[in-house]
Amino acid sequence: MEHLIGESRALSYEEPLLWEHAQSDASGVDLPDIAGTALRTGQVARGRIGWPQLKEPQVVRHFVRLSTLNFSIDHGFFPLGSCTMKHNPRLNEKVARLAGFALIHPLQPACTVSGALELMFYLQTWLGELTGLRGVCLSPAAGAHGELAGLMTIKRAHEMNGQSHRKVILCPDSAHGTNPATAAMCGYELKVIPTKETGCVTVDAFKEALGDGRDVAGMMVTNPNTCGLFETEIAECAKLLHAAGGYFYCDGANFNALVGNVRPADFGVDVMHINLHKTFSTPHGGGGPGSGPICVAESLRAYLPVPCVVKTEAGYKLETVDDRPTSFGRLKGFNGQFGMFVRALTYMLSHGKDGLRQVSRDAVLSANYILSQLRGDFHAPFGDKTCMHEALLTDKLQKESGVTTLDIAKTLIEYGMHPMTVYFPLVVNGAMLIEPTETESKEALDRFVAVMKMVAEDVRRGDAEKFHSYPVSAPRRRLDEVRAARQPVLRCSC
Amino acid sequence: MRYLPLTKADRTEMLKSIGVSSVDDFYQGLPVSSDFDLPDHQGEIEVERFMTALAAQNRTAAEGKFFLGAGTYYHHIPASVDYIIQRSEFLTSYTPYQPEIAQGTLQVIFEYQSLIASLTGQDVANASLYDGATACAEAALMAMRLTGRDKVYVANALHPHYREVLSSYAAGAFSDVLDESVAAVIVQSPDFTGAPYAYEDFRAQCDAVGAKLIVVVAEIVSLGLLEPPRLADIVCGEAQSLGIPMSYGGPHLGFFATRQDYVRQMPGRLVGETVDADGKRSFVLTLSTREQHIRREKATSNICTNQGLCALAFTVHAALLGEDGFKHLARLNHERACALADKLATLPRVRIENAAFFNEFVVVFEKPVKDIVMALAHDNFIPGLRLDEYRLLVAATEMTTDDDISALYNALKEVV
Repeated sequence: MEHLIGESRALSYEEPLLWEHAQSDASGVDLPDIAGTALRTGQVARGRIGWPQLKEPQVVRHFVRLSTLNFSIDHGFFPLGSCTMKHNPRLNEKVARLAGFALIHPLQPACTVSGALELMFYLQTWLGELTGLRGVCLSPAAGAHGELAGLMTIKRAHEMNGQSHRKVILCPDSAHGTNPATAAMCGYELKVIPTKETGCVTVDAFKEALGDGRDVAGMMVTNPNTCGLFETEIAECAKLLHAAGGYFYCDGANFNALVGNVRPADFGVDVMHINLHKTFSTPHGGGGPGSGPICVAESLRAYLPVPCVVKTEAGYKLETVDDRPTSFGRLKGFNGQFGMFVRALTYMLSHGKDGLRQVSRDAVLSANYILSQLRGDFHAPFGDKTCMHEALLTDKLQKESGVTTLDIAKTLIEYGMHPMTVYFPLVVNGAMLIEPTETESKEALDRFVAVMKMVAEDVRRGDAEKFHSYPVSAPRRRLDEVRAARQPVLRCSC
Repeated sequence: MRYLPLTKADRTEMLKSIGVSSVDDFYQGLPVSSDFDLPDHQGEIEVERFMTALAAQNRTAAEGKFFLGAGTYYHHIPASVDYIIQRSEFLTSYTPYQPEIAQGTLQVIFEYQSLIASLTGQDVANASLYDGATACAEAALMAMRLTGRDKVYVANALHPHYREVLSSYAAGAFSDVLDESVAAVIVQSPDFTGAPYAYEDFRAQCDAVGAKLIVVVAEIVSLGLLEPPRLADIVCGEAQSLGIPMSYGGPHLGFFATRQDYVRQMPGRLVGETVDADGKRSFVLTLSTREQHIRREKATSNICTNQGLCALAFTVHAALLGEDGFKHLARLNHERACALADKLATLPRVRIENAAFFNEFVVVFEKPVKDIVMALAHDNFIPGLRLDEYRLLVAATEMTTDDDISALYNALKEVV
């Protein structure tokens, strides 16, 4: 009896695995009958796979119940730094599902998909205009893939210009992990620029790392950087880098602080990826799909991956390597994350240039508001400065009482919010990187500030013990992550 | 500006409490522009009208007479799949870094990993990769890490995009011979021409030179009818066929499975089982010491995201079909292809090249394919992919009707 009653109560559900439900005797989909004709596969038919079997109502209920265990941007405040968790308009979803976009094949002749090609060309134009980098390739599948595409474009340019000996990529220590990982994947050596003192790349530190620059292929910098600060000396560094023959790759993760106000080309960027799932609101989907188009300066356009969409007298077309032999080649099957292009362009058209300008200004204002409200209660490592679209705080003041960044994050969960990004950037101890985005009302910002102030006040009063046990009201309490890694169970044993 | 909740009064009040006079202050010293040559904001009505007009210019597979495959397939998606993936809790959540409030996503990925592992006959699968082509490239790189070698030997007709992507990821890696410099043998089955391939022959040859065996599957529905590549070291490919629309080539779903022994060299996210502080079964991202956010330049890949929502769509569609339904779907695809092949084979000057196939095969004409395709285009056919002067790759799925087959037959009769 007890196992039948289970642990579900009111609206909180315990949901078994698909295989753990009582199994059905037939499929949940009614398909046309099969005729039983002899197989022409050259093999016998497959034996048991080991998949579950349930009817449609059971399947729908299973996934609906699982969904109730997730927090999302539609639920509430989600200030996850570097991730730009903004509102995902449903218009974008509706448009992406139009048959003319969803039910077309990537290898159809161009004349049967002129609307899709025009859409891609138009999106390229928007991204070129917003970044000032007019060579655009939409195909990379995500931010990290865009980084790879960008560095390979740089590598190809050096190869074609007799500069293959350039083997070094400069990168600040505050960079996202994908930057060094991408440089390594491209066969580059990494040289780290220290930023700990000011949170920024200084001309002096850059010069030191650059040396004579003869072996430097380029630098990878996120701007605004992962400390939430605009790199004010980066334009000067870019000049020095260009003079030494290197290219400036900008990680576009933080473009939401600049869009519609600042063109990255104007601070010396040669290549930049754009996370359509951040700045342009394509849904994060629980971890993808993303989309990471790259934008490059004229000097690098020839080396971009294929396919780009070009306008010819006969109409729009997808370029091949035969059309542009200087390209380094293809980095993804077919044409990129087209469904995300539809959503992103829908979002851009909805906002327009005036709306996008307001997007970044509201995002920056909201982050500074949070920083100004919490500066007295939490340590702000670069507290004398204003920030861009992310506020950086640490647990330095609370840690003496045993309350850490992790505890603060879990307390936010208890109070119905998603935590900020924690322990990143690595260069700041106990970092809490808070990115409110333009999506939040002042009411939502004030509630977050109130909860954070309550934590600080309770810690000051010596009422700190409870923070170690949070969350207690979430679907789960803290997890044993060590056990998961030591004795990995990566699939159902049923 | 319907997506921006701050009021003018809010902005003024916030600026005041920060102690600055204008948002411009935050941009001081930055190279600000105001000359963007772009339109201003528009309402839903205008945007929808504009986008609908673009969509209307495209010829969709739903119009029928559609026989194109070659790595992306037109399959039916049950209505409940799209309903589930549009739920806010799945659609607008992030990577499950906070497992206490992400058990929905985590359990789905765990179920997805289990489905892929059993389907491919492997021990473990990751949480997905971008697409089939990049999964194939990641598999080659993983084999290189496992063996300390830098060549791959491609045994048969690999999808040309997969080959091109591999060539970008690992320039100069292709070897013409299978010897001890080779990290992996790559076999696609069914191959690019639709023919199931006897990859088993390569197992002994791989073992003889210490290479790994990678089997690539570009049409995952085939695994409902063909035996799984149990003897492979890595099985990877494209899983778009379940739950995911063609959408002009993406987003799709790269799957990746391997043996337990190799799991620490695997790229991409993994979800594992554990317990929480109350001892309740829970799921969590694990073995992340392989990944870029921990290992930086020493990571197994630079990959960060998976194709989360696409993996969910796959999982929902797979759950709806179940064991019997999935095999039924595979059989149905094969039977539609058999019906198409039989009909086309009765045409004069037309030959079916494949002795065996799953749902796709090569038709050989005596006349140039280019002329034939052009003639068919006038009758609104998407007849397949031209491979070379005389060969056309055609696919059939459960969406291919008897009328489609008759129509193609009748139209070809006029032009071959």
